[in-house]
Amino acid sequence: MASSPEALVEARSLTKRFGRHVAVDGVDFRIERGEAFGFLGPNGAGKSSTMRMIGCVSPVTSGELRVLGMDPAGDGPRIRARLGVVPQEDTLDTELTVSDNLTIYGRYFGLSRTVIRERADELLEFAKLTERRHDRVDPLSGGMKRRLTIARALINRPEALLLDEPTTGLDPQARHLLWERLYRLKQEGVTLVLTTHYMEEAEQLCDRLVIMDRGRIAGEGTPRDLVARHATREVVELRFRSASDLRAALPRLAGVAERVEPLADRVLAYTGDGDATAAAIADNGVHPAAILVRRGTLEDVFLVLTGRTLED
Amino acid sequence: MSTAALRVVEREARVFRRLWRGTVFSAFVTPVLFLAALGLGLGGLVDEGGGRVAGLPYLVFVTPGLLAATAMQTAAGDALWPVMVGTKWARTFHAMVATPLRPRDVYTGLMAWTALRTTLAATMFLIVGAALGGVPSAWGLLAVPAAVLCGSAFFAPLAAYSATQHTEVAFPLIMRLGVMPLFLFSGTFFPVDQLPGWAQPVALASPLWHGVELARSATTGTFDGHSVIGHVLVLVGVLALGWYAGTCSWTRRLAG
Ligand SMILES: Nc1ncnc2c1ncn2[C@@H]1O[C@H](COP(=O)(O)OP(=O)(O)OP(=O)(O)O)[C@@H](O)[C@H]1O
Ligand SMILES: [Mg+2]
Repeated sequence: MASSPEALVEARSLTKRFGRHVAVDGVDFRIERGEAFGFLGPNGAGKSSTMRMIGCVSPVTSGELRVLGMDPAGDGPRIRARLGVVPQEDTLDTELTVSDNLTIYGRYFGLSRTVIRERADELLEFAKLTERRHDRVDPLSGGMKRRLTIARALINRPEALLLDEPTTGLDPQARHLLWERLYRLKQEGVTLVLTTHYMEEAEQLCDRLVIMDRGRIAGEGTPRDLVARHATREVVELRFRSASDLRAALPRLAGVAERVEPLADRVLAYTGDGDATAAAIADNGVHPAAILVRRGTLEDVFLVLTGRTLED
Repeated sequence: MSTAALRVVEREARVFRRLWRGTVFSAFVTPVLFLAALGLGLGGLVDEGGGRVAGLPYLVFVTPGLLAATAMQTAAGDALWPVMVGTKWARTFHAMVATPLRPRDVYTGLMAWTALRTTLAATMFLIVGAALGGVPSAWGLLAVPAAVLCGSAFFAPLAAYSATQHTEVAFPLIMRLGVMPLFLFSGTFFPVDQLPGWAQPVALASPLWHGVELARSATTGTFDGHSVIGHVLVLVGVLALGWYAGTCSWTRRLAG
């Protein structure tokens, strides 16, 4: 494989099958050092399956994968020694204390107790858990557990941090705190590889991302590029009282925007100028229950590329 | 054993340091109570009747039996529910294999940890047994490695099996229909020749019987070279086959 030395992860026709089910269907991507790279996709897209292959805990079915220039099949332990992993489901030792968790994990990497103690102090500070260091993990909030998992994954000073849905299931406040922490890591030059099904998370954190759906990659680029390429600057969202109202309005929406996309509960009109389109819609005699002009987002990109919404 | 597996032992030791109080009873107090009740209570009765069991005072007969049987129970307990905890309920084994540790290191490390705890518990049990008069020979010290080998011969295949399971429904059955009958009928409390004829070969196929016989040779200081080698070979064989199966099933479970 012709890989320039700086690629952190490189995948070609990467495939994962479970029995006859194809979870990852021949994907190609390349993750550079120092970037924040995302996999955005709905449930079952194959994000975790991909992450587990990168993390060398799931063998590749076919295709090629290089991580840190090595082959996961033969060099798993050596690669894992240089990665940090935040799995989708928490795997903390909940009956032990916060600092025990860091110590135990550091020892898995063969770090000395002195080194672990020094790093643990810093990491607890980073995770805002210094006050809770002697507490058991079990009663901590979901956000705290997540931050501890991230702190734990950093104990070996990894070259890349793999985060599988880092904020799923957290309340907005906990999520924002986590984003802020991850943003700080990014500033410090840690390579982030993350999966998410929140387009907001992808927009906030990712320099570059791929859109994944049913095991395939549907699009790739920076969030801004993707929106520019596949969506429009603005989107007019129309909500109707009933599905029949919605269907009745459709013929009169033809031509008011670059694209008109009917969904189950609303219609999206993709346009460069939302206000002008909204005016044109009113001129055509369409009066929806609610009308909203907003910026085009990754959510729209996903819809355009896959014909489905991220929540599907 | 790799240093990676030692990291797992270290983790178990740290967990144990926090939670040991809950396990002392089953690992040490219960077997000693058994020893007191059977060795002294029942044994007194047997010996009063002028009887000997397999040519031994009952306490001497039953001490090595309980030693090996307790090792088996500890190993079986460790090889079932805790595996479900680590693979499914708390998923802590998944955390381990995200580091340089491999699934086989986790499996081997857990087996080593159980062996270490069995060593401690068996040593304490042996001291109490000796104090009560159940260990006539100084060779009795060798009963500790015999018990540990016996325990490992149970841990290896049982943990190999439990890593293939996604629910714990079969575990109580294994304890009740597998471990418990072996506990009672493997020459632990009475010689297997007391069993009906058809049952004797079954008892002889039990790894526990080999462990008990080995421990009994040690505590009584009566070694018959051929049978000692035979018992060791059977136990090592079961351990080796179990370990091979375990490295496969644990890899499939944690890195599949
Ligand atoms: N161990 C497994 N055995 C069988 N099928 C699996 C296994 N792991 C994943 N799958 C299947 O592979 C597909 C992709 O799953 P994966 O977990 O990679 O998706 P995901 O994008 O992470 O989804 P989610 O957002 O729900 O976490 C799903 O259809 C899933 O059911
Ligand atoms: Mg997932």
